[in-house]
Amino acid sequence: MNAIAETVMLDSASTSVTNAVVMDCRIEKIFYGDFLAVRDSRVPIKKNKIIGFIGPSGCGKSTVLRSLNRMNDLIPIFRFEGKVTYHGQDIYDRKVDPVVVRRYIGMVFQQPNPFSMSIFDNVAFGLRLNRFKGDLSERVEQALRGAALWNEVKDKLKNSGLSLSGGQQQRLCIARAIATEPDMLLMDEPCSALDPIATRKVEELMLELKEKYTIAIVTHNMQQAMRVADTTAFFAVDISQGSRTGYLVEMGATRQIFEQPQQQLTREYVRGEFS
Amino acid sequence: MNDSHLSAESILQAVAGDAPRNLQRAPLEIRTLKSGALTALTWVMAVLASIPLFSVIYMLLVEGGSRLDWEALTALPPSAFEAGGGFGNAIIGTLVMVGIATLISVPIGILASVYLAILDPNSKLAQTARFLAKVLTGFPSILAGVFVYATMVVTMKSYSALAGGMALAVLMLPTVILAAEQAMMMVPKKMKDAAFGMGCTRTQVIWNVVLPTGMPGILTGVMLAVAGAAGESAPLLFTALFSNYYLSSLTEPTASLSILIFNFSGMPYDNQIELAWAASLVLVLIVLVLNVVARFVGRQKF
Ligand SMILES: Nc1ncnc2c1ncn2[C@@H]1O[C@H](COP(=O)(O)OP(=O)(O)O)[C@@H](O)[C@H]1O
Ligand SMILES: [Mg+2]
Repeated sequence: MNAIAETVMLDSASTSVTNAVVMDCRIEKIFYGDFLAVRDSRVPIKKNKIIGFIGPSGCGKSTVLRSLNRMNDLIPIFRFEGKVTYHGQDIYDRKVDPVVVRRYIGMVFQQPNPFSMSIFDNVAFGLRLNRFKGDLSERVEQALRGAALWNEVKDKLKNSGLSLSGGQQQRLCIARAIATEPDMLLMDEPCSALDPIATRKVEELMLELKEKYTIAIVTHNMQQAMRVADTTAFFAVDISQGSRTGYLVEMGATRQIFEQPQQQLTREYVRGEFS
Repeated sequence: MNDSHLSAESILQAVAGDAPRNLQRAPLEIRTLKSGALTALTWVMAVLASIPLFSVIYMLLVEGGSRLDWEALTALPPSAFEAGGGFGNAIIGTLVMVGIATLISVPIGILASVYLAILDPNSKLAQTARFLAKVLTGFPSILAGVFVYATMVVTMKSYSALAGGMALAVLMLPTVILAAEQAMMMVPKKMKDAAFGMGCTRTQVIWNVVLPTGMPGILTGVMLAVAGAAGESAPLLFTALFSNYYLSSLTEPTASLSILIFNFSGMPYDNQIELAWAASLVLVLIVLVLNVVARFVGRQKF
C-alpha cells in the first residue's frame, strides 16, 4: 500500500475543491447467475469523503458496495464485468488476491456482527490476523476511542462482545474495522438495526472518521444521507427490459442531489414520491 | 409507567363497552375437565418414565455403595474363593481405552465435520459421509468389536488396549461428526461474513471464528460420545478382552469396568457379585460426571 501509485484526479463540477479519487468504480455489468443485477454505472470515490448510496430497495446498492472489496466473490454465482481501480490498480485483475483487498477496505454490515469473543479480542482480531507487532492494548484502546465506545466498555473489555446493546455492538464492529487502520470503510445500512440515539452516535462517528478514512455508505434513509454524505449516488431499477436491473441515475454533491437534481427520477425519489 | 397506566385504562374501557360476561372459573365444564385429565396423564407418564432411571441408581447405591471403598478402587480382582480385592486395573483400563478412542475419533471427527459443515456441504462425498455417519450411530456396537478383531487383533496376534480403543473410536466417530457438524452450522453466517470482511482466508475463518464459536457444542458432542464409549462392553470383548493385572503395555489384553461387571456378575460368589455392583456404581458415576461436564461446557455461551 506504500506504493500508492497514480491517483486519478477527477474534475468535479459540483465542488470547488478537487479531491484525489481513491477508487474509481466502473461497472459494466454485474450478474447473479443469469440475472443482470446492475449495469453501466460509474462511481468515483474521493479520498476522505463520505459517499452515500441511495435508491429504492433491490436497485443494487449492496451489490455495488460489496463489489468494492470483493465481498461478493463469496457468492459463487456472482460475476463482475468492469473495473474497480483502487489507487491505480484494478482490484478485479486476475493477479489480485481478494483477501488482501479486504484487509485494506474494511466493511461494516447491516446487522451488527461481533464475534462471540471478548470485546478486546473482537477489536484485536484484525491486528492479530495481520501479525501486528506493536502494543496490542494501546491499539485496541485507540480503536475503541475512535469508535466512541471506549468510555462505555473500558471496565469490561473481557466481557463478551455479544453482551453489548445493538448500538454498542455496531460501534464495536466499527472499532474492529478501524483497528487495522484500513484505507476505506464500506458500510451497508449500518444503522438500520439501531434506535435513533444509537443512529445519531454512529453518524457523528462517521463524520469524525472521514478525517482518516474514505467511507462509502448505503442508506435507506434520505435524512441520513443528507446528514453525513458529501457525495450522493442515486441508483434506481430499470424494468424496461422485462428484468429488474439497477443502474446509477445520478451522482453529485449531496446538496445538489437533494436540492437541484438533474434527473426527473431523482427529483421524484428525493421528494418521497416512490421508494 | 405512564404507558401501562394508559393501556390498563383503555382495556377497562373496552371491557366496559362490551356486554359484561361471567369471568369466573367453571371447574366442572367438560373443557376444563378434559384439560385437567390430560395434564394428570402426562404427569403420571413423566413419573413412570423416570422410575427405571431412579430405581437403577437406587439399587446401585444400595448394592454397590456398601462395597465402594479404597480397596475396591485400587486392588486387583480377586480369584474365585479369595475375599476382598477390587477393580483398580479395570478403572485404569477403561480410562486409558476411552482416552485412546478420544484421541483417535475427535481430530478425525472434527476435521471431517469441517468438511461437511463448511467446505463442501452439498458435495456427493459430504452427503454420503453424512448418511453413513447417521447409519453408524445406530450400528450394533458388537460389530465394531468384530471389525477391529478382524483387522487389528488378528494382525497383531494379541488382544490389546489399542484394539479396544480403536473399537470404541469407531463407535464414537459418528456421534462426534454429527454433533460437531451441527455446532458449526449453528455459527451465524453474519459472523463468517465479518471474518471474511476482515480479510480472513477460508482457513482463517474456520480456525479463528467457526471452531471457537462452535466449540461448546462440539465439546458437548465429544463428552456424550465419551460417556457412551465408557459404558460399552460388547466391542471390548473381542478387542481388549480382560486382564487380572494393571496395564503395563498398550499391546496386551486390558481390563475394563464393563467386562469386569459382565464377568463377575455371572459368578456364583458373593464377593465377586458385590464387586460387580460396586464397579457398576463407579461406571455410572464416571458417565454421570461426563454428562454433567458436557452440559456445563455446552451452556457456557460466550
Ligand atoms: N446473493 C444473491 N443471489 C442472487 N441474487 C441476488 C443476491 N443478492 C442480491 N441479489 C439480487 O440483486 C438485486 C440487487 O440486490 P441488492 O444489491 O441487495 O439491492 P439493495 O441493497 O439496493 O436493496 C436484487 O434484485 C436482488 O434480488
Ligand atoms: Mg441492501
